[in-house]
Amino acid sequence: MTTIPIVAQNTFREAVRDRVLYNLIFFALLMIGAAVLVGQISIGIEREVILSLGLTAISVMGLVMAVFIGVGLVYKEMDRRTLYAVLSKPVRRSEFLLGKFAGLVLTLAVNTALMTVGLLAALAYVERGLSGADAWAIVAVYFILLKLALVTAIALLFSCFSSPLLSIVFTLGIYVAGVFAPDLRQLGEVSGSRAIGSLATALSYLLPNFHNFDAIAAAAHGRAIPGALVAQNTLYAALYIAAVLVAAAAVFSRRNLK
Amino acid sequence: MPSAIEIDNLTKDYAVGFWRKRPQRALDGLTLTVEQGEIFGFLGPNGAGKSTTLKLLMGLIFPTAGAARILGRAIGDVTMHRSIGFLPEQPYFYDYLTARELLDYFARFFGFSGPERAQRVSAMLERVGITTAADVQLRKFSKGMLQRVGLAQAILHDPQVVFLDEPMSGLDPIGRREVRDIILELKRQGRTVFFSTHILGDAEMLCDRVAVLVGGKLQGIGSPERIVSVKVQGMEILAELPDGRALPEKLAARATRIGDRWRIEVPEAGLYAALDDLRTAGARVLSVAQVKPTLEDFFFKLLGQEKKPDFA
Repeated sequence: MTTIPIVAQNTFREAVRDRVLYNLIFFALLMIGAAVLVGQISIGIEREVILSLGLTAISVMGLVMAVFIGVGLVYKEMDRRTLYAVLSKPVRRSEFLLGKFAGLVLTLAVNTALMTVGLLAALAYVERGLSGADAWAIVAVYFILLKLALVTAIALLFSCFSSPLLSIVFTLGIYVAGVFAPDLRQLGEVSGSRAIGSLATALSYLLPNFHNFDAIAAAAHGRAIPGALVAQNTLYAALYIAAVLVAAAAVFSRRNLK
Repeated sequence: MPSAIEIDNLTKDYAVGFWRKRPQRALDGLTLTVEQGEIFGFLGPNGAGKSTTLKLLMGLIFPTAGAARILGRAIGDVTMHRSIGFLPEQPYFYDYLTARELLDYFARFFGFSGPERAQRVSAMLERVGITTAADVQLRKFSKGMLQRVGLAQAILHDPQVVFLDEPMSGLDPIGRREVRDIILELKRQGRTVFFSTHILGDAEMLCDRVAVLVGGKLQGIGSPERIVSVKVQGMEILAELPDGRALPEKLAARATRIGDRWRIEVPEAGLYAALDDLRTAGARVLSVAQVKPTLEDFFFKLLGQEKKPDFA
């Protein structure tokens, strides 16, 4: 089991040396700066604008990283055959997979933390300091991170058997469907067709419910985020990620490499 | 003491075609045993199934039928990988790492302490001759340098059995000799080396035994001499003639000019008569050697004249 941290550390190192990530972080910080400017022309609601735009920028940039790096995590190693030397060592395929997942989540956590520091700095600059209500922004960022970890796991699953382009389409498709999970459930309830209704309801429960991870509006308006929601989202993410990773490990363990 | 490698009816089919319904057999019922301490050559032209066999043994692909054991443990047993090393054909490594970082990364999987890892990595870098480039990113390495790194990562942890897929590939003559020396040193240490190659001269020079694979099927197995038979086919004389002198007529038909020298092939029984004729003609004899069939002759004979194998 000690192989997982070894693979994770190397995956993190690869991300750090990949200059594309720096561009994404820079872009996110730029968006936060832009939020500050927009806030200047939105009198009385600077805080809401900065937090809304800033948290959205963190979420979107994180999503881009999770999807575009996640879909290549295993595929790239199989395609470039860098896996050959690794799997000849005493490394189980499942451990390798978990290591790649942990490495990318660690990368996302560090990048998200950096962007959050930038956001809070921008907020402190505009508001001349931080208030207690700003702490909900940290909770919102935590929810974003849970969401990104789940998206990474889904991207990793597709990476085990699909090309990067198809993996991106599938992962984003599932993400968008998951964001609209409550609407899908409502469709199931109001649909005139029993078949469509059952299918919509089933899908709404099967697909990951990303809607619950969105606390940007609450954080922007300084509304408290219930502890029960934090516990629920954490448990939901942990269980869903575990299920997806088990599926990914099962697929990868049986895969004939080229 | 278990055999180093036991392969029993190992078979691999690939599904080809649009609907992936048509199986193509890449390896057909391979059965062989390699004992510990042997240098074993796995020979065959391109597409023979050599790399397929190595990938099956490493667990990178799964057999359609058959089984294999390494040091008495099934090929699916990952813990057995502590005792083996593998150099893939045309190795690909993480190009954002330096040679030192890559070897350190792989060494971590074996649980060495920090100081021991550093010591092993430095020793390996020196052994394969890339100490001066140790801290250069692998994306800047030539093919030959990558091959050396590949060899280093295969033997870094002192494995009992070493698998090398085309170890001489991409190396200059000095590099090839260094690899040969490393293989011989491994044998002196009691390790088993299983290497695939299509450079038959290397196999003849190094191997205790060889297996010959063509079209996924085992064609022969044994020592290189036994495979090609030790029967002497004739004698080869290399001679020089003084200016103005010609070769005796009965030898001219068997002679080939190479620059200033003549290469004459005669039957073993006719050697001394030929030497007498050359002495009478005033020739200077430079060398006399037996003409024996080589592995290359064996391959050409095996594959037939119309089908030239792709050998180096």
